[in-house]
Amino acid sequence: MKTYDAIVVGAGHNGLTNAAYLAKSGLNTLCVEKNEYIGGATVSRNLYKDWKYSNCSYVCSLLRPEIYRDLDLARHGLQVTPYGGGSVFMENGDYLGSYPDHEVHYREYARFSKADADAYERYSADTMRQCRFIREFLMRTPPDPASFKPKDLKELAYLGAKFFEMGEQRMYDTIRFWTMSVAEYLDEYFETDVIKAALSGSGIIGTALGIHSPGTAYVLLHHYMGDVDGNMGAWGYARGGTGAVADAICSSFKSLGGELRTDAGVEQILVRNGKVTGVALSTGEEISAKIVVSAMDVKNTFLRCMDKNDLDEDFYHRVKNFKIRGSSGKVNIALGGMPTFPALPKGSPLLDGDMHFIDSMERMERAYDDWKDGTWSKDPYIDMTIPTVSDPTMAPPGKHFMSCFVQYCPAQIEGREWTEDERQQFGQTVLDQVADYSPDFKDLIEHVEIRTPSVIEDEIGITEGNIFHGELTMDQLMFNRPIPGYAQYRGPVGGLYMCGSSNHPGGGIMAAPGCNAAREILSDLKRPAITPANFGDD
Amino acid sequence: MTIAEVEQGRLRSPFFPRQAELDRLFRWHEWKGYASADGFYDTTLEYFSVRNSTGVFDLTPMTKYRITGPDALDYLNRLVTRDMSKIKPGRVAYAVWCDDEGQVIDDGTIFHLRQGEYRLCSQERHMAWLTAAAIGMEVSIVDETEDVCGLAVQGPTSFSVLQAMGLDGIENLRPFGLTTFDFQGTELMVSRTGFTGDLGYELWLTPDKAIELWDALFDAGKLYGIMAMGTEALEHARVEAGFIAAYIDFLPADVTVRTGRSRSPLELGLEWLVDFKKPNFNGRRALAEEKRNGSAWRLVKLDIEGNKEAHNSYIYAGKKGGKNIGFVTSAMWSPVCKQNIALGTVQAPHGKVGDKLYVEIYYQREMHWSRVMAEATVVDKPFWDPPRKRATPPGPY
Repeated sequence: MKTYDAIVVGAGHNGLTNAAYLAKSGLNTLCVEKNEYIGGATVSRNLYKDWKYSNCSYVCSLLRPEIYRDLDLARHGLQVTPYGGGSVFMENGDYLGSYPDHEVHYREYARFSKADADAYERYSADTMRQCRFIREFLMRTPPDPASFKPKDLKELAYLGAKFFEMGEQRMYDTIRFWTMSVAEYLDEYFETDVIKAALSGSGIIGTALGIHSPGTAYVLLHHYMGDVDGNMGAWGYARGGTGAVADAICSSFKSLGGELRTDAGVEQILVRNGKVTGVALSTGEEISAKIVVSAMDVKNTFLRCMDKNDLDEDFYHRVKNFKIRGSSGKVNIALGGMPTFPALPKGSPLLDGDMHFIDSMERMERAYDDWKDGTWSKDPYIDMTIPTVSDPTMAPPGKHFMSCFVQYCPAQIEGREWTEDERQQFGQTVLDQVADYSPDFKDLIEHVEIRTPSVIEDEIGITEGNIFHGELTMDQLMFNRPIPGYAQYRGPVGGLYMCGSSNHPGGGIMAAPGCNAAREILSDLKRPAITPANFGDD
Repeated sequence: MTIAEVEQGRLRSPFFPRQAELDRLFRWHEWKGYASADGFYDTTLEYFSVRNSTGVFDLTPMTKYRITGPDALDYLNRLVTRDMSKIKPGRVAYAVWCDDEGQVIDDGTIFHLRQGEYRLCSQERHMAWLTAAAIGMEVSIVDETEDVCGLAVQGPTSFSVLQAMGLDGIENLRPFGLTTFDFQGTELMVSRTGFTGDLGYELWLTPDKAIELWDALFDAGKLYGIMAMGTEALEHARVEAGFIAAYIDFLPADVTVRTGRSRSPLELGLEWLVDFKKPNFNGRRALAEEKRNGSAWRLVKLDIEGNKEAHNSYIYAGKKGGKNIGFVTSAMWSPVCKQNIALGTVQAPHGKVGDKLYVEIYYQREMHWSRVMAEATVVDKPFWDPPRKRATPPGPY
């Protein structure tokens, strides 16, 4: 039986990041992946002719620049280019643009309301304040507030210091911010419905909550706390699709001496006398290691891949109750040409970014109503991108790839499995909405891939296809993520660690959970600390 | 249906065609979305026009709000820290307004155009704040930034220029006064205000007569050394006058992200603008508390020994390093004062008038960098404050 120092289960971006740091530290590290390709949900594949599909994740902002630099991802082929704009198409034929240029953006908002255009500055500053606070903790392990260990006390004091540093008013703001709804937050600044609708999308993406649900303001923050080259809140495309992120981390991992095995799904994490001994693959093969790191979501790790007898009862139930709810689907399209959007002027930069079709807060909330009724939104919130507007590598010249992230889309229809017919109807709903704003869109379609939560779960493994490996609400954040007492990347048995997005600081292509888990593992092994620290003050 | 996209490039002031004709440098920057010239012919000569003859600066990008209605005075009095009831029609007031914590959101000038009719003019845009502050008051706030264009006409011969232009009675206009004239059938508002600390005026009218105004002004000014001036010249003049600028000497509190980076009026040397005797105004409670307990920062005007400009320098309490107490925000060699001057911000209680502080100046000569610790004296008066600024009627200098 082959033996390694450490086995990382799952070659998503977090698994690979974790594996890269373990390998960098000198550990004989194996990363196993159930699929024949790597990346997990950070993947771009040829699903139709020469088109490359980023068929799960599709944009980039959260990837920690410290890791980007430290693992030398640029030289391993990763390039991230910022959006050139963004837009909301309105039912009345108008549109609301989002421009990277400050003054042009001001003018666009002022077209709807001068007060809103001014308020946007204050909104941005207030949101940036919250971002700066949370960004301090992305590359740190959350303290255990119930612990008296010096490390936890020190970390708690650090958290407290950063909190008090904000000043009295901002401290109140922060507590409100972490618990309020995105709709309430936006109401404090804006009067124009379409502006609020445009900004509110970030509060619900990947979350089985509506814009009026408490806790969604924080989700908005999760989408603002990243950056592209220090430009906080900006989003961009990885050249070649988001799979390029995983490819670069994997290349870095291999250059550090790591070993990768694909088509190697883990059936069980093996435990003896309260300590891991390795993993058993679905082929029956066993591989041994004293350290097993799971990059899978917390439910997959404990409910599927472990013997219940190796876990305590309360722990097991808490994992079971962790919320990883299916709320979104994906429709990916190969296009024979660039669709026209007649509302936009010719040559508008607004096509080079995220596009949306929901122009009111009421429609946003109604979309959620359908989900509560156990079906997909009939007027869904679509986060649509056409990365080939700026990326020449994802489709043949003149052709385009369109990615539609679709919310809401439940894991089950009225409590039962989806039928094939319903899946097709779901896809049709999305195509119809886009076609309402682009008359030649349907004629250009060459191939469509329709992904419901269960399709994503079956292929990638993420429970209910939840993009964040668990919702980002206060009860599941910081020292509560994934469950209290286990927020420091250590599992309930010796040698078992968790490095996926179910852990602090959560989902998105951030790589921070993978890196943070590596820091804890290396600390337990009393090996030198090699993971990068926060760049600080930005 | 295609909706026209908003202007993607820089906006052009109504004076742009004339400025473009004069422009020899092709150096423009953005100012609140408008193209604004760094300079037109020679920034040094443009600066000297303000101190020696007349410089003309395009003020159009300044944000302008028309504030009217029965509650206009009460509204402004609640908004700003100074007592607006003392500002009669035909007068102009420099004012600051604060957030609830007494931190300065912006400064600006308020023109009392007619009884109950005001114009608020500032560098930054504040529609959201002004609208929110109007709740419960019968007041109308209209953004007239694009409906009113303006020229600052500044310098010792500016009075003579306006007189030659035929503005009869201009000799009676006192500092911070305003009056109106008929200009080719359009109302021309003239205020004796400016950002240069010298004799000067600001001319305001609707954009349809902008070119005519420019031409009339430059025709009249031909014999008085009139020149168009850009931002570089104005920037020098305003530092000599000891005026502060947003985003340079202070940050608007509403968009300041880091705690402790905003400033109160007391910390900016603007205590004279804060009237605790008038009815309640925004930030009053916080400012009263700050006055009782002391401020954290103090804005200082520095007279620095030597001639090395103290750009971005740290300020120390003692020569041998000592305690780092602040930093310079604006610095220059003043050609007209023959003085090395700066504005800076230091931790209180440092920076009292007469205090000797030290600034750490790095300067480059032929690629190599050198460092000096220069003594800096805190002064209270503007560096440049000629009597002609106040003389009424002004003389034909």
